[in-house]
Amino acid sequence: MRLPENAEEILEALWIATVEKGDNAAPFDVLKTSADDAALAELVRLSYVEIKGERVYLRQEGRHEAMMTVRRHRLAERLMMDILDIKGRQGDEKACEFEHLLHQGVDTKICTLLNHPETCPHGRPIPPGECCERARHSGEVGVVALTELKAGECGEIAYFSTTDMKKMQKLMSMGVLPGCELLLTRSYPSFIFKVGHSEFAVDDELAREIFIRKS
Amino acid sequence: MSDQRVGDNSGGLPQILLVGNPNVGKSVLFNALTGTYTTVSNYPGTSVEVSRGTCEIDGRRFEVLDTPGMYALMPITEEERVAREILLDETAHLVLHVVDARNLERMLPMTLQLVEAGLPVALVVNILDEAERIGMQINLELLQEKLGIPVIGTAIARKRGVKELRSVIADYVDKRTACFGYAADLERDIEKVVATLEGEYRIKPRAVALLLLQKDEDLLRIVQESEGDRFGHIMATLNEVTFARRSDLHLRINLERKRVCRGLLQGVISEEQGRRPPFAERLSAWTMNPVSGGALLLIVLYFGFYKFVGGFGAGTVVDFLEGTIFEGHLNPWMISHADQYIPWYWLHELLVGEYGILTLAIRYAVALVMPIVGAFFIAFSIIEDTGYFPRLAMLVDRIFKRIGLNGRAVIPLVLGFGCDTMATMVTRTLETVRERILATVLLALAIPCSAQLGVILGLLAEVPGALLIWSSVLMGVFMLVGLLAARLVPGERPMFYMEIPPLRLPQPRNVLVKTLTRMQWYFFEIFPLFVIASVLLWAGKMTGGLDYLVRGMNPVMRLLGLPPEASAAFIFGFFRRDFGAAGLYDLQSNGLLTAVQLTVAAVTLTLFVPCVAQFLVMRKERGWRVSLGIFTVVTALAFSVGFILNRLLLTSGVLS
Repeated sequence: MRLPENAEEILEALWIATVEKGDNAAPFDVLKTSADDAALAELVRLSYVEIKGERVYLRQEGRHEAMMTVRRHRLAERLMMDILDIKGRQGDEKACEFEHLLHQGVDTKICTLLNHPETCPHGRPIPPGECCERARHSGEVGVVALTELKAGECGEIAYFSTTDMKKMQKLMSMGVLPGCELLLTRSYPSFIFKVGHSEFAVDDELAREIFIRKS
Repeated sequence: MSDQRVGDNSGGLPQILLVGNPNVGKSVLFNALTGTYTTVSNYPGTSVEVSRGTCEIDGRRFEVLDTPGMYALMPITEEERVAREILLDETAHLVLHVVDARNLERMLPMTLQLVEAGLPVALVVNILDEAERIGMQINLELLQEKLGIPVIGTAIARKRGVKELRSVIADYVDKRTACFGYAADLERDIEKVVATLEGEYRIKPRAVALLLLQKDEDLLRIVQESEGDRFGHIMATLNEVTFARRSDLHLRINLERKRVCRGLLQGVISEEQGRRPPFAERLSAWTMNPVSGGALLLIVLYFGFYKFVGGFGAGTVVDFLEGTIFEGHLNPWMISHADQYIPWYWLHELLVGEYGILTLAIRYAVALVMPIVGAFFIAFSIIEDTGYFPRLAMLVDRIFKRIGLNGRAVIPLVLGFGCDTMATMVTRTLETVRERILATVLLALAIPCSAQLGVILGLLAEVPGALLIWSSVLMGVFMLVGLLAARLVPGERPMFYMEIPPLRLPQPRNVLVKTLTRMQWYFFEIFPLFVIASVLLWAGKMTGGLDYLVRGMNPVMRLLGLPPEASAAFIFGFFRRDFGAAGLYDLQSNGLLTAVQLTVAAVTLTLFVPCVAQFLVMRKERGWRVSLGIFTVVTALAFSVGFILNRLLLTSGVLS
């Protein structure tokens, strides 16, 4: 069974408003819907949501589906920005179209390709799917951006993600290269890490482009 | 690479070039070899200037050049470009690649590049003592054997290894045999590119090919010039290779070098774990924590600047020199002698008059400005030598991003509190043109130099609340202009990355050398200007031109609610910022200013046009168009802010 695209959009907005922002329900205008919306009616029919007056409540039955919709959306965003390098507004738009294609195991494949990311490019959490739980159980070492590391954690530099190589040349010529062991000592106000006996400071923007294989 | 040589020629002496990363002790080595003074710095990139000196070994004389810090043969910053030009322009007897023993593995790839380029290289493994302290043992004989070039272990700051180094310099015979092989596919690519090159280059074709594969822009230009029509073919080959590999060759080559270096260091380095002295590490961590780092910053500011520069320099020493020596003894003595022996009014005035060279210029330069600036430079040099500034840069980076700068800019801005002119020059260490312009604007506008600061703080201290208003207005203008300029000035967003050198105790010799170099520069720059300013003012007074100018300023003064006498202070301000402040000081001591007037005058004067010297440096660094633009904006802003502040203070009744 597949939900229509606009029903997915409603569920997604409802998840963000209730689960992430802590409201108990969301009014029609936040969900960009109205009482006579067919998509909303479909969600009510599936007993995913409940309407009381002008407000829509997410029911227990709809939670999983809503979570997966959000997950697909944010995975699509990661895919656009990290792999296909479509950033900014265009990236957001393409991600919105793309998310509706991530069904029947495509989301799992993309999630694995992206190495089970935990946050979307805007920093919001990506709800973990079964594949993430499985990977966690079997102890797969993930590759994450330096920004995802906590102070005191270490790992090996896996790769630099930026296409603007000029940015990375300086780091490379300073001897910070893929394959180097790195220890993050601070993450605020700047990222401070150690490679060998030297310490380096980089800002968020640069840290986001350095990917680490955790150890 | 270009036809233009750096500096004058060496008079035919064989040359020794010092190259290497920042903070590896190149400048200390330079001093040890030549015995002359240069600036030794902990802040990556401060030694932008190239130092030259000579040394004599076994009766042979050599010329020694200290190049700006560089991380790789492929330049990114201005300094690296300068360093590479020197490296490739000069025909060196020997290139000394200086590295930090603790980071040998990280720095060795550049040695490979230098050898690859066909330069006569010797490797100086410096700071060996610190490496041993943390439990590293380095087998230098083995490394020398593997590299095929002389390798010398030193701890120059402790004079260790200098003798060996000198004998290596004297005995060096260029053999240039070593060649490091990369992976087979990369080697084939290099060969392909080498085969297309026919021009003459200062470095080996293999090195040219490697740089071309990394898309080195400067080198592409040079190749285009020397290859002419064949350039199209070369580019086609390059693009073909790049596409065939479908990966970033820059990264690839770096990784290959790293692999080669690992192989070279196999069995060379042995490390004991966990012997690092914990205190320096802990202190270092504190400096980088926003909370304890902020507290530490306040302590540094309070004791280093407020107490030492403000209290001791601007208070005790100035009082003694100005009050006791000049006012008490020298000036009366000079004036009475002049009265006795100089019958000509004009000469009398020129030497000991109101704007006399002896009574005004020398008194200001020696008694008022020198102690303050000197104290500032001492404090600055001590802090610089500990390696604190990169930590401060990292702390303020987030805030600085908002005003379009990155953390690095904290160094020129802090230096600006000492001397804005010198700081404007140092802005060239910033990476993008946009950052340099923004920093220059902020220096010209909102950062008072120490001499001015000393006088103004002294003035305002007598009026309760004035200091608070003055500093909040300045801070406000600083942030506002920063925010606005960051929006208005076009260019790429700044990016912050920096190596954080280990904290260390400041070494007295380094501090002394740095302070003296800065003082010397300051004096050469400032003293003639003081004299010129004094002569101009004298000429103005004698011809009546000064009165004319002062009268011209009067309407402006009225707008700001200031007495006409304040015009003189502003005109002085053109010559030196601190002249203006000192002019205010005179007004204040004669009781001509109310609290509101004093505050308005101090704010306007602080914001007002940089001194002549700063403007000249601005013009030199940024060009006529930009510097005139900044000049106009700053002047307009200074007087508008003064005008508004005056109105606000009068209407609100604060301070009156």
